[in-house]
Amino acid sequence: MSQVTGATGASTIHGHGHEHGHSPFLQHHFAEMEQQFDASKIGMWLFLVTEILLFGGLFVGFGIMQGKFPEAFYEAHHHLDWKLGALNTVVLLVSSYTMVMAVHSASKSNQKALIRYLVITLLCAAIFLVVKYFEYEHKIHDGLLPGKFYTYKGDHVPGGQQATFFSFYFMMTGLHGLHILGGMTVIGWVLKRAIAGHFNSSYYTPVDLVGLYWHLVDLIWIYLFPLLYLIS
Amino acid sequence: MADVIAAPGQLSGGGTQEQKNYLNETKGIASWLFTVDHKRIGIMYLWAVLASFFIGGVFALLVRLELLTPKETIMSAEAYNRVFTLHGAVMVFLFIIPSIPAALGNFVLPLMLGAKDVAFPRLNLASFWIYAIGAIFAVTAMVTGGVDTGWTFYTPYSTTTSGAVSTMTFAAFILGFSSIFTGINFIATIHKLRAPGMSWYKMPLFCWSMYATSIIQVLATPVLGITLLLLIMERAFQIGIFDAKLGGDPVLFQHFFWFYSHPAVYIMILPGMAIISEIIPVFSRKTIFGYKAIAFSSVAIALVGFFVWGHHMFVSGQSVLAGAIFSFLTFLVAIPSAIKVFNWLTTMYKGQISLKTPMLYALSFLLLFAIGGLTGVFLGALSVNVHLHDTYFVVAHFHYVMMGGTVIAFLGGLHYWWPKMFGRMFNERVGAIACALVFIGFNVTFLTQFVLGSQGMPRRYYNYLDQFQPLHAFSTFGSWILGLGLLIAAVNLFSTFRKKPDAPRNPWGAATLEWQTDTPPITHNFHHTPTIDHGPYDYFPGQRKHA
Ligand code: HEM
Ligand SMILES: [Cu+2]
Repeated sequence: MSQVTGATGASTIHGHGHEHGHSPFLQHHFAEMEQQFDASKIGMWLFLVTEILLFGGLFVGFGIMQGKFPEAFYEAHHHLDWKLGALNTVVLLVSSYTMVMAVHSASKSNQKALIRYLVITLLCAAIFLVVKYFEYEHKIHDGLLPGKFYTYKGDHVPGGQQATFFSFYFMMTGLHGLHILGGMTVIGWVLKRAIAGHFNSSYYTPVDLVGLYWHLVDLIWIYLFPLLYLIS
Repeated sequence: MADVIAAPGQLSGGGTQEQKNYLNETKGIASWLFTVDHKRIGIMYLWAVLASFFIGGVFALLVRLELLTPKETIMSAEAYNRVFTLHGAVMVFLFIIPSIPAALGNFVLPLMLGAKDVAFPRLNLASFWIYAIGAIFAVTAMVTGGVDTGWTFYTPYSTTTSGAVSTMTFAAFILGFSSIFTGINFIATIHKLRAPGMSWYKMPLFCWSMYATSIIQVLATPVLGITLLLLIMERAFQIGIFDAKLGGDPVLFQHFFWFYSHPAVYIMILPGMAIISEIIPVFSRKTIFGYKAIAFSSVAIALVGFFVWGHHMFVSGQSVLAGAIFSFLTFLVAIPSAIKVFNWLTTMYKGQISLKTPMLYALSFLLLFAIGGLTGVFLGALSVNVHLHDTYFVVAHFHYVMMGGTVIAFLGGLHYWWPKMFGRMFNERVGAIACALVFIGFNVTFLTQFVLGSQGMPRRYYNYLDQFQPLHAFSTFGSWILGLGLLIAAVNLFSTFRKKPDAPRNPWGAATLEWQTDTPPITHNFHHTPTIDHGPYDYFPGQRKHA
């Protein structure tokens, strides 16, 4: 009986092919940059899918409750300032554009433009949060809070489901706000690496992936804005 | 390359103890806790899920002991509620979901593909850490008041009862992320890290099943996440989505929950099927029959499984039309499972079957899973379900699939890959005895419960009519045999650590890639990137194949 295939044992050398010159950012378990890039891209897209499903659950829950209590939700939504919501929508749209430009600059090895666009994107994110902060402050002041903390007294439609509206409002915008914070963290990280000169046309995967993530965060807001602010 | 691969058990000796491998290359606890090596992460997961299995098992034995007699046997009714809840929650969220993918799968999947690691090694480590954090929350919930809702956390009970429901729910929420990370990793790995020459159809079927599992993990788990988050919010703020007093809908929780949890039962069983598809051909010395049918039925299960959740809610007040559709779809989802069973049986037909321990587990699986699956079809029939819902019949059904299916497959896989993981052979005869005891004990415990259920014994009850006592006592007796079998299996495996490594590189004569590298493998898995020159079940690559 012959021995099992390839029973060469321990004497063989470690042949991982680290010898030839390749990008310092190629991880050892990938054979080439393209493979690494494709894998990262798949991973990112899958992650985005999970994000969509996570918010999807909230959207479905909101839709069902709105379907049951249209009047209360309609009344409650008047407490939201659609102008501020629209402002934030514009801010995020601009940030999406600058993010696209950041990726584009990275792919053209234009480090200065890359840094500039990343900084603008970060600024937009910060503006978004500041606006959100003032909106929240106003709600808190009026007692328009989730569930049992809802203390607002001026409702006309009976039943008290205005509180449910604000439960969803805070959960959805809160979760979204956390995603903005997460986005700022990773954009900051990419910015730091961009300043260190890590990116050029042959390697800018992190910029690309963070860009994808940022677009998703923007996209979710684009759905949240009409859902919450523009009930008709 | 040799042209014939040895049959199971024909190779002996040839220990490879001196060489460097993934176990001894670096030392110290930090070298484990911060490793990015998929094999070490797999091993850490293995210890973690085995510990969870032990804890969940102790709870199970306590539940059975309490049911030995009607009224109080060893604990109060309140304690009983907590114990069966913790049993279910620990078994589902801490043991069975991560068991095969994150422990065994992590170890073997990259090896099978001829890869050096998974696509995202750091994400893999993060998955383990998140699992650990989730486990800490779960333990916290257990010691700070416990949970008495059942593992399903149904509203309105779960929003009104006291205890550590929010903590336990949050634990399950966190554990979901570890599961998602494993899923993302496996999909990307399978897409991008197959060795040169390994086309999709040359992949071992294990990988196909893992792929299907991962798709469900990625698509279903976020919905559970948001559901559990909503439940926590309901408890903390009374947000009014599940609470009927505030205009919410408790049944909505069931929809959300089962939208995840029915697919989740396939997160549990598909990996079991993955292992069986490896073991059966190896120990039958025959190419798998119907490779593509098995591969695509995994994917079909993953997809159709998303549209049958309503079969858990036939008596919840959903519309008759919805019930009928869900019932029909439930019948459909049984077809791919049956396809697999027939293909495994045909693979064995006229094979040279060797009854080693892993194969004994695989054969047990076939029988037990067939019973579990078929009783699932009974339950999927609307009118039958009205009679059997929330009885011990359901309990028996899902134990046949989860324990008789997944856990048995897990044990089979554990024995099968143990030599590769640790370089040590276990005692074959003791392994077989343990398997026999597990098989007998399992059937004594759970076959009985089909009878109990069809006679009307409700599930989750602490007390029962005297007429049920003989059957309950019989079932409890079975749980002791089962426990003994598991104990022997554990002693058998763990006692291998007391001897010198003695496992050859390919003790079972398998043809998949994980057996072509050192035992235990080196840190980078292969000395040279392997190239694929024969199929994963091609045991006689020299001869023309007949299939
Ligand atoms: C052939 C495929 C299957 C079919 C047709 C099927 C059908 C069903 C049905 C109709 C029910 C609901 C019974 C009731 O509550 O009235 C059920 C319950 C259950 N099944 Fe299955 N099933 C199948 C496979 C599986 C598998 C593979 C698993 C797990 C690995 C599983 C785990 C469960 C669990 C845990 C429950 C009870 C959940 C609970 O209420 O706590 N099933 N099954
Ligand atoms: Cu189900």
